[in-house]
Amino acid sequence: MKVFGSLIAFLMLAAAPLRAEIDITEVTSPGGIDAWLVQEESIPFVALELRFKGGASLDLPGKRGATNLMVGLLEEGAGDLDARAFAEQAESLAASFEFDVGDDAVSISARFLTENRAAALALLRSAITQPRFDQDAIDRVKAQIVSVIRSDAQDPDTIVGREFDRMVFGDHPYGSALEGTEESVAALTRDDLIESHAGALARDRVYVGAAGDITADDLAAMLDTLLGDLPETGAAQPADVDVSTEAGVTVVPFDVPQSVAIFGHEGIARDDPDFFAAYVLNEILGGGGFEARLMEEVREKRGLTYGVYSYLVPKDHAALYLGRVSSANDRIAEAIKVIREEWTKMAENGVTEEELASAKTYLTGAYPLRFDGNGPIANILVGMQMDDLPVDYVNTRNEKVEAITLDDIKRVAARILKPEALRFVVVGQPEGLES
Amino acid sequence: MRRLMALAGACLLAAAPLSAKTIEDQVTTFQLDNGMDVVVIEDHRAPAVVHMVWYRAGSADEQPGVSGVAHFLEHLLFKGTEKLAPGEFSETVAANGGTDNAFTSFDYTAYFQRVAADRLGLMMEMEADRMKNLQLDGEDILTERDVIIEERNQRVENDPGSLFREQRMAAQYLNHPYGTPIIGWRHEMVSLDLDDALAYYRQFYSPNNAVLVVAGDVLPDEVLALAQEHYGPIPRNDALPERVRPSEPPQMAERRISFEDPRVAQPYVMRTYLAPERDPGDQRTAAALTLLAEVLGGSQTSVLPQKLQFEEKRAVYAGAFYSGLSLDDTTFGVVNVPAQGVSLEAAEADMDRVIAEFLETGVDEAQLDRIKFQLRAAQVYELDSSNSLARRYGAALTSGLTIDDVHEWPEILQSITPEEIIAAARDVFDRDNAVTGFLRTAEEVTQ
Repeated sequence: MKVFGSLIAFLMLAAAPLRAEIDITEVTSPGGIDAWLVQEESIPFVALELRFKGGASLDLPGKRGATNLMVGLLEEGAGDLDARAFAEQAESLAASFEFDVGDDAVSISARFLTENRAAALALLRSAITQPRFDQDAIDRVKAQIVSVIRSDAQDPDTIVGREFDRMVFGDHPYGSALEGTEESVAALTRDDLIESHAGALARDRVYVGAAGDITADDLAAMLDTLLGDLPETGAAQPADVDVSTEAGVTVVPFDVPQSVAIFGHEGIARDDPDFFAAYVLNEILGGGGFEARLMEEVREKRGLTYGVYSYLVPKDHAALYLGRVSSANDRIAEAIKVIREEWTKMAENGVTEEELASAKTYLTGAYPLRFDGNGPIANILVGMQMDDLPVDYVNTRNEKVEAITLDDIKRVAARILKPEALRFVVVGQPEGLES
Repeated sequence: MRRLMALAGACLLAAAPLSAKTIEDQVTTFQLDNGMDVVVIEDHRAPAVVHMVWYRAGSADEQPGVSGVAHFLEHLLFKGTEKLAPGEFSETVAANGGTDNAFTSFDYTAYFQRVAADRLGLMMEMEADRMKNLQLDGEDILTERDVIIEERNQRVENDPGSLFREQRMAAQYLNHPYGTPIIGWRHEMVSLDLDDALAYYRQFYSPNNAVLVVAGDVLPDEVLALAQEHYGPIPRNDALPERVRPSEPPQMAERRISFEDPRVAQPYVMRTYLAPERDPGDQRTAAALTLLAEVLGGSQTSVLPQKLQFEEKRAVYAGAFYSGLSLDDTTFGVVNVPAQGVSLEAAEADMDRVIAEFLETGVDEAQLDRIKFQLRAAQVYELDSSNSLARRYGAALTSGLTIDDVHEWPEILQSITPEEIIAAARDVFDRDNAVTGFLRTAEEVTQ
């Protein structure tokens, strides 16, 4: 084995887990809104992350795409300002507001300067609480969404995910594109958007993370200004959905030189006691590094792909364990064969002591590096709250990783890896594969 | 040359100083005796560091016939040295809690690791090792060639927009290697071999052709000492060639291309014009073009979207783009994605009409003030990411610029006048220098 002399010393150092050096303050506004804050004054701006639990899955039957369209219109005119005036105002303040929607949440990411914080917040407040939904803005954004829907229909990476979701989730909102269809979007009315807004953006489902140049008192006051006018409660959350798959391949014929595949089956919930072990296991099987088994077997040894990954997807109402790979049409069958073998091997045998040790040093060492800037920190703070984690999680997380044993991994591998349910969806002209 | 007079106009908005703290305060530079440049960017908020080595060598420095070899070699640098087994570099980084990767562009190839600050020495030890001691075996490199071909499949062959871009760039450059894709033409990639990779490696990988950038929780003196220890002993390459690529002849005819593919769902028209880049000590024209792109298409309130998306509702998206960071002549681009029922021919005419009106009307000063204030604010926001600051310095120093150029750039942008923007626009919008491309579905043509 060729190693540097100094390597041994460094590995010994790595045995003591690093801690993330951040100090989180829990803040509650006079009006009762909670937030987590990391105060960091060296750069005169604040990063603010808001998440409203629910997201596109709150779309009512027949109104698919309503939440997405509603969120797309939040910055297209609010209060006294039409779309253009709103944009000019944001530019004049050099504030940035990003509005996004996922299956389980509406997210708002804001960044604003200390010197004009009050004005920036007033503008953001109007977007959140007083969107105008002007008809010309609705028409314009609808046209943009239709353009996206059409492009997605020709994009193999999107097609493959959609087909997998449709197979697994059926009529549940998770089973269809959150943009909706051309028809469902065309049918959405201004009233639908008002209803969606009232249902999705409510105080009973909001989570707040802030990092940067602001005190706890200022943040508390700001929360009531920003969110106080929102309704107390919103729409009911959707039902949970069971995931069941059968081993096999579904081919979606599409004329591209490289087949794109997604694979997976049921996963594990974020609050399951075995989640940590599953997370470490996945790092070894198909995490992002070149050391992961899938990367080693499919790419490094055989050159079958540029990238192959697996990842846990703990959604609010279902959990999946998924992976992705792309290979030329005449090589995808081999890539799938290798992935199946690795999946089975790990389910039966777990991992080696050496693999577990390297995964731990990587995961514990990499964790503090995530806290590298106000933006990333605000994001982590809001994510922790949505996952119902305590404030001191940042200090205990690495200990939880360290505590995972080889037996834990073996037990959890046998529990969550299901070769008998491992389903592949392949988009392309794969050779030697049939549905 | 700095000109500050024009700032007086913008001072109404900018009167409140945004921040006393600037990036210059955090940056220290050195040069090692063997010619390796060192840039240190201090950021002591978190105990982390990013370590990057940038080579002044990219795909545009390749010999004809071996397109993609710069990027191929980038992959092969992870395949071992006399001291490290294949894959061990990344394994060691990961075992130390870090992540690593690399990227190749026209003008540079760069390698980086993000790790806890106390692991910097180890990163340097390994990076210095592979600058000279690469050891490749024939098997490994064939497997890796398959990987880069799959990478091309994924990034290019499967995406008509990327294929269209390759065709436009090839038409844009009559003689300069920017017309060849960074990842390489497929027919040349499939026969790249060990000799091709090693020839490129020996020619370009040396300390006097490299820039070390370290950003994070470090002190400049510590970095210098470590750099001297690890990179200092590597001898300079005195045979390093001068960096001169084949240059463009006068372009005398507009090129028009139409790329048709059944996978195109949303047709659009895009035109790029050959444009000057940022040159050392001479960045005003590039600054004017940077602001022109913002004024024409940088945001919702800019000229093209306001007219075509908001007022006339004839476009789904319209915009303009320019990046002055390039060793040789770059491009200025405009794009129009027409609304349903508007043909590409009409979309092209719309775009040209709006630009012609703009050249007559001139720059809206209120809009320009907003843009300049946002650029000043960007100097505050960018301090939040030492990683992207590190990239900025690395890219600038491998694209022919100096540290002074990087530091002067924000003030040059602030000093640009509306007249300079219009003058730059009139110069750059020369159809003889342009490629106009239509991307459309194959069906549309057969109708």
